[in-house]
Amino acid sequence: MPSDLVHLYMRIDHLPQIWCPGCGNGVIMHDVAVAIDELIHDEENSINREDIVIVSGIGCSSRAAGYLDFNSIHTTHGRAIAFASGIKMANPKLHVIVLTGDGDCSAIGGNHLIHAARRNLGLTVICFNNDIYGMTGGQYSPTTPNGDRATTAPYGNVDRPFDIANLATGAGASFSARGDVYHARETIDIIKQAIRHKGFSLVDVYSICPTYYGRKNKKGDAVEMLNWQKENLIPTARYYSMSEEDRVGKKIIGILSFNDYPEYTEEYAKIIASCRKARKK
Amino acid sequence: MAKTVLMQGNEAAVEGALAAGMRFFAGYPITPSTEIAEACALRLPQEGGKFIQMEDELASIAAVLGASAAGMKAMTATSGPGFSLMQENIGYGAMAEIPCVIIDVQRAGPSTGLPTSPSQGDYMQAKWGTHGDHPVIALSPATVLECYTLIVRAFNLAEKYRTPVIFLMDEIVGHMREGIELPDPNRLIINHRKMSFHDGANKQCYYVPEGKYVPAMKPFGQGERYNITGLAHDESGFPVNSSEIAGKLITRLLDKVEKNVDDITRVEEYAMDDAETAVVCFGGTTRAVMDAVLAARADGKKVGMFRPITVWPFPEKQLLARLPQLKRILMVEHNHGQMLLEVQRTVGGTLPVDFLGRVDGTVISPSDILAKLNETEGQSHAE
Amino acid sequence: MGKKRYEMRFAGSGGQGVILASVILAEAAVISGLYTVQSQAYGPEARGGVSKAETILSSEKIWYSKVTHPDFLLALTQASLDAYTKTLADGAVVMMDDSLTLPKGVDRSRVISIPILRAAKEEVGKAFTANIVAVGAINAALRLFKDDILLEAVRRHIPAGTEEINKKALDIGAALIPQEQADVFAQKLG
Repeated sequence: MPSDLVHLYMRIDHLPQIWCPGCGNGVIMHDVAVAIDELIHDEENSINREDIVIVSGIGCSSRAAGYLDFNSIHTTHGRAIAFASGIKMANPKLHVIVLTGDGDCSAIGGNHLIHAARRNLGLTVICFNNDIYGMTGGQYSPTTPNGDRATTAPYGNVDRPFDIANLATGAGASFSARGDVYHARETIDIIKQAIRHKGFSLVDVYSICPTYYGRKNKKGDAVEMLNWQKENLIPTARYYSMSEEDRVGKKIIGILSFNDYPEYTEEYAKIIASCRKARKK
Repeated sequence: MAKTVLMQGNEAAVEGALAAGMRFFAGYPITPSTEIAEACALRLPQEGGKFIQMEDELASIAAVLGASAAGMKAMTATSGPGFSLMQENIGYGAMAEIPCVIIDVQRAGPSTGLPTSPSQGDYMQAKWGTHGDHPVIALSPATVLECYTLIVRAFNLAEKYRTPVIFLMDEIVGHMREGIELPDPNRLIINHRKMSFHDGANKQCYYVPEGKYVPAMKPFGQGERYNITGLAHDESGFPVNSSEIAGKLITRLLDKVEKNVDDITRVEEYAMDDAETAVVCFGGTTRAVMDAVLAARADGKKVGMFRPITVWPFPEKQLLARLPQLKRILMVEHNHGQMLLEVQRTVGGTLPVDFLGRVDGTVISPSDILAKLNETEGQSHAE
Repeated sequence: MGKKRYEMRFAGSGGQGVILASVILAEAAVISGLYTVQSQAYGPEARGGVSKAETILSSEKIWYSKVTHPDFLLALTQASLDAYTKTLADGAVVMMDDSLTLPKGVDRSRVISIPILRAAKEEVGKAFTANIVAVGAINAALRLFKDDILLEAVRRHIPAGTEEINKKALDIGAALIPQEQADVFAQKLG
């Protein structure tokens, strides 16, 4: 029997989802649903379910929009953030959440990612980052580590990878964070803060793809891949308590950059107000 | 009496769009359409609307579709290279039935081509640019005033049929200034998308009653959750792997336009009542054709002008109605023969169809057309 | 107008404001109740190289929007003077800056050579008013529009606060044309 959460926030008629056994995407989708549920039930400052819009592009990650029972729009490959920009501009009260993947948001849609970050348009982008193109069967993506194998990198990947969270920070994102599948509770809290954040927020969530990335690179099954995350991805507080030596090869799970730059639609509303005032004179 | 104002075609298109209720513009600068973005940046916030300059044309059309889905009348403007980049999402708009207007101020191509020179080389692209079979409505203005009045109609058709409408301008009309009397906005006919709010009887967001073609639109993000996708979908808006449902959907999308062709297509005719020769043209080319037809008439020749205002779907019914009286047709357009193919298809070999085109970025003049008329006259006598 | 269609071409280099000159005369035509079509070469062509604008005036509806054989040419650079004196209509009037050299074969009796650029810089005191000086001179020579209509046309196309200097530029431009010359070149409109 599906849990109450599933009944509440998923479109039961459209389940089971299409992801492969062991895929991390279902966990991330669950984290998003829990985060939204907790925000809806936040007694002090609750958000309205009907104000949530889920926007996705194309790829494994992007199927999540169809399963989550909110306003949802499943767009074209790479363009989810651009569609989301139009939705947010048209109706700034909406919480516009983009569910995307490493290929969707940093390869074909990379331009939209950096420019939405630069504008500080109030979107929340959650990247299901599995280091591979899963939907098309295992080609290397912009986050596939150098030297790793993929169907289009049979001799090892020559490319050097993006760190998407740092990319967003570099592009001026006012909120950039990293989560993963193993640290679900931490990731849920990060997603909540990202949705609450007024400006542009990005959460780069490390997923796992045992079927294509894992198998090609001898990373073991889903359990072994999760164990790797447990050992090597470290929540912020613990990370900073570790010695320099122990940090080698590890990555932080948590908020990487945060500031309160003015949000784009609020700034634009000021322009509208000043134009109207000038007209009344 | 309305005051006459000097206005550029590009600016008039913006004023007309505002009168039609356009309140969102996303675009990227490109010659010769840039004045449209500039005018929108200036005028939209004055009307409570919103302008955003996106990072490219891919983003521009996507933002327009997003804003329209969220309830705003939205448009973008571009030229050849940008129009090429927008094609994928124009198909998305057709599939997901999101109304919007895309202005293409055509310039000479292919590729970067001649950025400041006039052309009508995107005529076929307006119809066939995006992949798959899909409905297309495209309108083409010939005067600055028509940039205003016809874009109102473009929005009306987009809203009525829930589909992207291409407003196919060209450099000649876009960059030209004329004195025009702006219509009284209160007297314009303005259509809005048919909406369905919380109609308990049918929750399906793409529900179409028997005998109808266009589903009422549920407001997105305003209290009634549903799903929008570019995948083949059923009436609930969710993807399906059913050839029957997919076939029904695509057929309905095409029927929206095909079954309403009389409502959609418009032509302008000049001196056609007793014409034996029809000069067919559209958009900015009309200007030279009109002078040529006036000169030919002054010379006692039975020449008329036939101009599709709706360029897609091609107004074949209107042209067919003229065939019995005609001895020949001259197609004049600033390309290598694109609308020519539609004219030839319609005529079906029953009449000689001559062609005058131009692909070097220069403008066809009335004397070019008169020379061609004389030349084709000689040929048809010889036949 | 003696002719049904009066074609005017304005040419110079990017930044000299010949497009605005062309627009102002079209605006004056609109205010006067004449038909007009105005167009220009845009984009890369208008940056640095030869910049060209065209205004057509008529008492009847204008269809074809391009100038082929101008009845009037304003040239502010040697390149534009050389290029566009080749396609003049019979009896066309040429107005050129007097720093330029008239190409051979142009009818000197139809040429108005005046110090537009110098007058803008030295008499008005701002080089960028050369286009308005030219508009003043053109209207004085061709007598196209009443002075108040021309002034209103200028006012509609200049930033607020610059009315005075532009009025001065118009007057200085008009003063460059001697009365006898205006009697020769005057066009009858409408």
